[in-house]
Amino acid sequence: MSLISYLLNGLSLGAVYAIIALGYTMVYGIAKMLNFAHGDVIMVGAYVVFVIVSGMGFAPLIGIFASVAVCTAAGVIIMMVAYRPLLQVSKLAVLITAIGVSYFLQNVALLIFGADTKSFSSVVSFDGFSLADGRINVSGETVVTILACIVIMVVLTLFIKYTKAGRAMLAVSEDAGAAQLMGVNVNGTIALTFAIGSALAAIAGVLLCSSYPSLTPYTGSMPGIKAFVAAVFGGIGSIPGAFIGGLLLGIIEILGKAYISSQMADAIVFAVLIVVLLVKPTGLLGREIQEKV
Amino acid sequence: MAMLEVMDLKVYYGMIQAIKGVSFEVNKGEVIALIGANGAGKTTILQTITGLIRPQNGKIIFKGKDITKMPGYKTVGMGMAHVPEGRRVFAHLSVLDNLKMGAYTRKDKNEIEESLKMVYERFPRLEERKSQPAGTLSGGEQQMLAMGRALMSKPDILLMDEPSMGLSPIFVNEIFDITEKVSKEGTTVLLVEQNAKKALSIADRAYVLETGNIALSGNAKDLMNNEQVKKAYLGE
Repeated sequence: MSLISYLLNGLSLGAVYAIIALGYTMVYGIAKMLNFAHGDVIMVGAYVVFVIVSGMGFAPLIGIFASVAVCTAAGVIIMMVAYRPLLQVSKLAVLITAIGVSYFLQNVALLIFGADTKSFSSVVSFDGFSLADGRINVSGETVVTILACIVIMVVLTLFIKYTKAGRAMLAVSEDAGAAQLMGVNVNGTIALTFAIGSALAAIAGVLLCSSYPSLTPYTGSMPGIKAFVAAVFGGIGSIPGAFIGGLLLGIIEILGKAYISSQMADAIVFAVLIVVLLVKPTGLLGREIQEKV
Repeated sequence: MAMLEVMDLKVYYGMIQAIKGVSFEVNKGEVIALIGANGAGKTTILQTITGLIRPQNGKIIFKGKDITKMPGYKTVGMGMAHVPEGRRVFAHLSVLDNLKMGAYTRKDKNEIEESLKMVYERFPRLEERKSQPAGTLSGGEQQMLAMGRALMSKPDILLMDEPSMGLSPIFVNEIFDITEKVSKEGTTVLLVEQNAKKALSIADRAYVLETGNIALSGNAKDLMNNEQVKKAYLGE
């Protein structure tokens, strides 16, 4: 019975990783850059909800909308100010800039909110239910997180498949130059990708802090790295890969904590990544890079 | 008035000057060939016209409008399509999705369907393989797809970059036949080729490019009989 509880908790944590990983993988697919500040956008999203709901007393839904709006704007601004001038120049410069942005966001939060842990009140008002005569308790947060992840995945897949902007994203991720020759505004498409990724990060932040309610300026950092691992694990650049990678990683982490060692859980997560990359360097669903003749 | 006018174009790659002040024009309905050896700057000129590369000097006038500083993605909507060197089809998208990307700037669904029919008529092989990923096509088929994709934007001018590169002689002939047909149906063509013989055989006029400069220009037939051209480019 406890195994089922662990699996549900793992799925819930994995769903958060998956939502964050989607942002990582989409941005990588389209701008060919790793946005290491992505995790910290989660923290920004969580603080916005904290201020609006716990601080100002608005309804959680308003907090979530505000959080999505702020993070979307922040994501696009970060891209335009910090990354766009460097995208054509050097991949390494962008990567290092992203790490800089990450520290910048953490320190801004530190400046505004201080280092002390804020207690985040869950935005989920649904209490959950129990199964098997109360031996398995499923919290409302678990249900909402898993559902949110599935909805996001379906909507995103439909968006990319059936809208013009989605097709443009696919084309840019394959060959930005050729996409431009088709009339695609490549910079606009990159901005849209950052916007979507950051909006997802906001949602992930809210869900994460609803399940694990302590909020500090460093809250986004570890989940961000884990989600990056999930994206690489699933095959960076692949949307279904991020989804599966995230879910598996969450389950591995929770089972590792439960059955092996709670201190070792993170090490296990990263060890799994190393093994996967040794066996299949492109990740679970990653494509081989084709040599063009 | 020329449909496309390039004036005193200069392009640098870092410290190296690739294009050293090139001027030429393409009139409506013409097939113009830009020929020259590897590294002469042919591809650079085409990429500069479609805005993939920015020139340091010069002007590009298309249909009377200065497009030198226009964002590259806007030239398609103005009626300029580019079949890039190396085809650059979207390898993981299906043939049909590639063709649809060609019509990205167009809105009218019925007209797009019409164009799709025309492309399939011209390249029946693309229709046979419409649901296949483009990366699985042969080189010749990919060239056809790249051309079909460009035609999906219903261009006034088609810029073609080395369409014969790496293709078998049968495909080369087919591609040139189709280019001729496209031009007869009213599309202006600017063709960049190393295969000078083939290019001159379908062109009205041609420019011979040598290390960033135009060395010779004139009527395609005259150039074909020019001793210099014969020696350097036609292998005679």
